[in-house]
Amino acid sequence: MNNPTVYPLAMRVVHWLMAALILSLLFVGLSMVTSLGLWQYQLLTWHKAAGLVAAVAVVLRLAIRLRLNTPRLPENMPKLQQFAAKLTHLAFYLLLLLMPVTGYLMQNAAGRPINAFGIMLPQLIPTDLAWYGLFRELHAWFSVLLILLIILHITAASYHGLIKRDGVLRSMIRK
Amino acid sequence: MRYWALVAVPTVLTAAFFYAASDNRHEVSAQDFVNLQQGNAIQPGFRRAHAKGFCVSGDFISSGTLAEYSSAQVFQAGQYPFIGRFSVAGNNPTAPDLKAPVRSLALTLLPETAEQWRTAMNTPPVLAVGTPEKFYQQLLALQNNTIAEFFAAHPETAAFRNWRASYQPTLSYATEQYHSINAFYLINAAGKQQAVRWAAVPTVGAANQLPDPEAVDALQQELFARLSDGPVIFDLVFSLATSADDENDATIIWPDTNPQLIAGQLQIKQATEQSNGQCNAINFDPLVLPRGILPSADPILRARGAAYAESHRRRAREVLLNTATGAHHE
Repeated sequence: MNNPTVYPLAMRVVHWLMAALILSLLFVGLSMVTSLGLWQYQLLTWHKAAGLVAAVAVVLRLAIRLRLNTPRLPENMPKLQQFAAKLTHLAFYLLLLLMPVTGYLMQNAAGRPINAFGIMLPQLIPTDLAWYGLFRELHAWFSVLLILLIILHITAASYHGLIKRDGVLRSMIRK
Repeated sequence: MRYWALVAVPTVLTAAFFYAASDNRHEVSAQDFVNLQQGNAIQPGFRRAHAKGFCVSGDFISSGTLAEYSSAQVFQAGQYPFIGRFSVAGNNPTAPDLKAPVRSLALTLLPETAEQWRTAMNTPPVLAVGTPEKFYQQLLALQNNTIAEFFAAHPETAAFRNWRASYQPTLSYATEQYHSINAFYLINAAGKQQAVRWAAVPTVGAANQLPDPEAVDALQQELFARLSDGPVIFDLVFSLATSADDENDATIIWPDTNPQLIAGQLQIKQATEQSNGQCNAINFDPLVLPRGILPSADPILRARGAAYAESHRRRAREVLLNTATGAHHE
């Protein structure tokens, strides 16, 4: 089995496109729940549509990840760091799935229609205050966890790229 | 240098997220608004505004008159179900009906469909001020008993003050007019847009007595009694803007001479207490619109979405915690 030093092109493209999408979703999401501005309505509409795109993207990305070989972490990297890296990646996939799921279900519980580019998506749970409370709060808490994870991930990547210079950051950037 | 960069990256990122999440960066945030509305005596599980009310349901008999103006299903001739809610202004779910300055009728037409349309209508036809920031100041002035000074300092409140001076509350929810207040656009199949406001207009004359004028829920009792004799009916009347009207300014009444079209009849058939009614779980956000209706850029209309959502979030969380801890829920 060959051991690539960089991530396959498909994964690098998906990674950076999703990074832009997820960061936009988070910043828009945080803004739209406080803002009374004229753009709030457009932000909300965009957030829902982009959230659906992100949901599809994360499933595709998981499928690609499971099919393709990814570079191993450096041999000399401490085992604990290797474990932390794997755990972070797993948590990313989990949260990137849970964010759209809770977003979808909170819309269901609020009885609001979800139009995916003209197609009405099914309401899976009843219009109900307690269900709304649950998924609305989970959506918020998962977003906080996701933000913490992103900060950790970017800090770790910067550490590898700036300090260790061990090719870990390069594996997601360069050919 | 590289170490500085390593510190700078997460610091800048964290600061950016904190800034985005902070509601203090707005002059008035959705949270500020709901904090002001709920006051100090929080009523768990209830709406922060218009806490007192009850659920109704019925059918909208669409005449098809507006079909040429909007592609929304609700304006094509036919019969469409709705869930609604009558309420009075204020944050107290046990306040006396007759003491409230404002009454409301909120509707979700075609619930749980892609063609769903929500509207929250109030008895005043106009707002006193035109922006959420000024509206916040108005609510503050009401609480601080400085409303006279506020009105004097804001000449745009004239139309609202005139309405308030001439308004005589009736003895029934069924005999009030409920206004969309803000303007919206109807969009037809050809993409042509027409600015409109609408109102639910009663079809019966004013009642002259209440079953129990002393009761806290005098108006609710009256409507329940009225429904036992048959449906309560409103005409849904649309006023079309002309080139003289500014659809983004809800402080000005449009002239009666504007074209008035009756979209159909709202037939209210059943009523239930809100604690076990379908309306209780619904946030009557007037920005939930089907294709064929778009919001105007009225700043107050656009602000309603986030403010209503914050109220919905708070009471849903309270109901969830109540359910989870097994506490008694009314």
